[in-house]
Amino acid sequence: MSSAVQTGRFNVYWLLVAPALLLVLVLYAAPILNVLLLSFADPKPGLGNYYKIVESDTVSRLIFTTIRLCLITTIASVTLGYIVAYAMLHAFSTMRQRMMSILLISFWISVLVRSFAWLMLLGHNGLLNNALMAGGIIAEPLPIMRNEFGVLIGMTEYMIPYAILPLLANMQGIDLRVTSASRSLGASNVQTFFRVFLPLTRPGIVAASLLVFISSLGFYVTPAILGGGKVQMIAEYISVQLLVTVRWGTAAMLATLMLVSVLVLMYVLNRFMRLSTVFGGGPR
Amino acid sequence: MTRGSSGIGVDFDRVTKRYGNMTAVEDVSLGIRAGEFLTLLGPSGSGKTTLLMMLAGFQDITAGDIRVGGQSIAAVPPEKRNFGMVFQGYALFPHMTVRGNIEYPLDIRRMAAADMERRLGAMLDLVQLRGFEDRYPQQLSGGQQQRVALARALSFEPRVLLLDEPLGALDRKLRADVQEQLKDIHNRVGTTFIYVTHDQEEALTMSDRIAIMNRGRIVQVGSPTELYERPRTVFAASFLGKSNFITRNGRTYALRPEKIDALPAGKGSGQNKLSGTIKAITYMGATLKLMVDVPGHASIEVQVPAWRNAGQFAESQAIDICWSDDAQVEVEAGDDEKAGVPPVRPSRG
Repeated sequence: MSSAVQTGRFNVYWLLVAPALLLVLVLYAAPILNVLLLSFADPKPGLGNYYKIVESDTVSRLIFTTIRLCLITTIASVTLGYIVAYAMLHAFSTMRQRMMSILLISFWISVLVRSFAWLMLLGHNGLLNNALMAGGIIAEPLPIMRNEFGVLIGMTEYMIPYAILPLLANMQGIDLRVTSASRSLGASNVQTFFRVFLPLTRPGIVAASLLVFISSLGFYVTPAILGGGKVQMIAEYISVQLLVTVRWGTAAMLATLMLVSVLVLMYVLNRFMRLSTVFGGGPR
Repeated sequence: MTRGSSGIGVDFDRVTKRYGNMTAVEDVSLGIRAGEFLTLLGPSGSGKTTLLMMLAGFQDITAGDIRVGGQSIAAVPPEKRNFGMVFQGYALFPHMTVRGNIEYPLDIRRMAAADMERRLGAMLDLVQLRGFEDRYPQQLSGGQQQRVALARALSFEPRVLLLDEPLGALDRKLRADVQEQLKDIHNRVGTTFIYVTHDQEEALTMSDRIAIMNRGRIVQVGSPTELYERPRTVFAASFLGKSNFITRNGRTYALRPEKIDALPAGKGSGQNKLSGTIKAITYMGATLKLMVDVPGHASIEVQVPAWRNAGQFAESQAIDICWSDDAQVEVEAGDDEKAGVPPVRPSRG
C-alpha cells in the first residue's frame, strides 16, 4: 500500500491507529497474559496445573472427550457441508442465491435457540418421539437428546455453515470444464468425482476441517443443554472451575492449553495452504 | 508415429436444439466424412459450439439425430462416445503432471503400464513435448498446454477429435505455428477432426471443408476455395474474407477487394467500371487498402499490391475502379443481419 511501510521509514499515519491498538493491548492482550501467568502461579507457583493433564483422570478424560467430539463434529459437518456446497455449486444462480440466504440466516440464529429447538424436535417429549409413540411404532421414547449423540447433532448442525463457506469458495475456483474433459476422456461421473473433482477440493476440505475443529473446541452452550449434564467439554469445565469450585489455576491452564492448540492449528493451516488458496484460488 | 486410428464419419440429421423459447440450433443436417478436417465457422451465438456439445454428449438433442459410423449416439453418455476433445482453455487437470494428464484416459481404460508408457512416448513425440512429462500444467506455456490437451485427447486413439476454439488463448504468431502443427498431426493420425472457431483465417488454412453457421443454421458447406471464391449468400461472403456488395437490376453481387483494379481517373477499362474518389488509404504492408466513394454506392474497398502502386494514390484523388465479370459472384441477400456488413443500396440510374 504505502511505500513508507516497504522502505521501513516511520509512517506518521500509524499514530491514527495507535489508540485502537492500545485499547486492544490493554483490554485483550493483558488479560490473556494474566491468564497465562495465573496458570503457572495459582494456587502455588510451578507446573502443578499442567501435571493435571496426565495426573488427573477428570482432566485427561475431559480433554479426550473434547477432542473426540470435535473430531466427530468436524468429519460430520465437513461431509454434510461438502454435499451442500456441491449442490450449491451446481444449482442455477437464483437457487444458489436462495440457498446462500438460508445459510446466512442460520448464522444469525443464536446457538441457544438452536439447542432448544433440537430438544423440542428430538427430546424425550419432542415431536419425533411423540409422533412415533402415538403411531405405536415405539413404546419408550428414543434416547436421542441429553447424551453425547444429542451434543453431536447440535454441534454438527451449528458447524455446517462454517464448513460450507470455505468449501464453496474453493469449489467456485475450479474450472468445471475439467470435469467435462474427464468425461470426454472416458471417465464416468463417479470416476470423475473421485479422480478429478475431489482432489481439486482438497485445499477446501483441509481449510473447512481446521476451521470447524478450531471453532468446535470452544462449544459451551450446546453440550450443556443437549448433553443433559452427562457430557462435559473444556469450555463448560472451565466455567465450573471459575464459578463453582474457584480453582482459577486449573481454569487458566485449560484456557491456555486451548489457546495454544488453536494457534498451532492456525500455524499448520497457514503453513500447508496459503490462505489465499483456501479462500478462492485454485490449487497451488 | 504410427498411424494410430483412422477416422469415422459423423452425420447430423436434422438436428435441433432449443432452450425454452430460444432456438440455438435449427434443423442442421451435415455429413462429415471419415478422416476429414471439418471446421464449423460462425460468429458467437451461431450455434457452432452447441452443435459440438451435442456431438460430445454434454447437451441433449431436442429433435433430430446424430449418427457416428451409421449408429445413433443420442442415448450414449459422453464417456462412452470415445471422442477426443480439446476444450477452450484446454481444461487440463491441474493436480496431475503432463504424464498424468495424457495417461488419464488410458488408465481409465485399464491399459497395462507398459503399453501406457509406450503410448505416452508416442504422444509426446507427436506433440514434441519429450522431457516435459513430469511438469504440471501451470509450469507450461499456453502453447505447450495446448499441445498437452491435444496429446491427452488423442492418446486413446479416438476416431473423432473435437476441438472447441483451441487456439483462442494463444497469441497471433504462435497461433500460426500451431495451425501448421495441427494440420500435420491430422495428416498423420487420420482421425476425423471437427474444429469449432470464429476465426476465418484458422478455418481457411486448416480445413478440408468449412461449414459456415449463422443463427443456428448452416449457411454453406464447402472447401475453403469454394467458399471463398463462390459464396452463396451475403453472410458467407462477408464472414469468410471481406466483400463489397454491388446491387444491380435487383441482384446482389459479392466482390472481393483484391479482385478490383484501381487506376487514375480516365484510364480505367474492363467489363465493369465505376468512377469515384479516394476517401482513405491504409498501408497494410503487402497491400494498399483504398476506401473509394462512388456516387450512388456505399464506399467500396479496394486492395491493390502495395509495392507496385507506391506513391500512385492520394486521398481525395479521383480514380476509376474496374473488375472483370468473373470477379463478381451473385449472392442471396437477406441473411446478413448479423454479418456486420450492410449490403449496398441499389444504385439509381
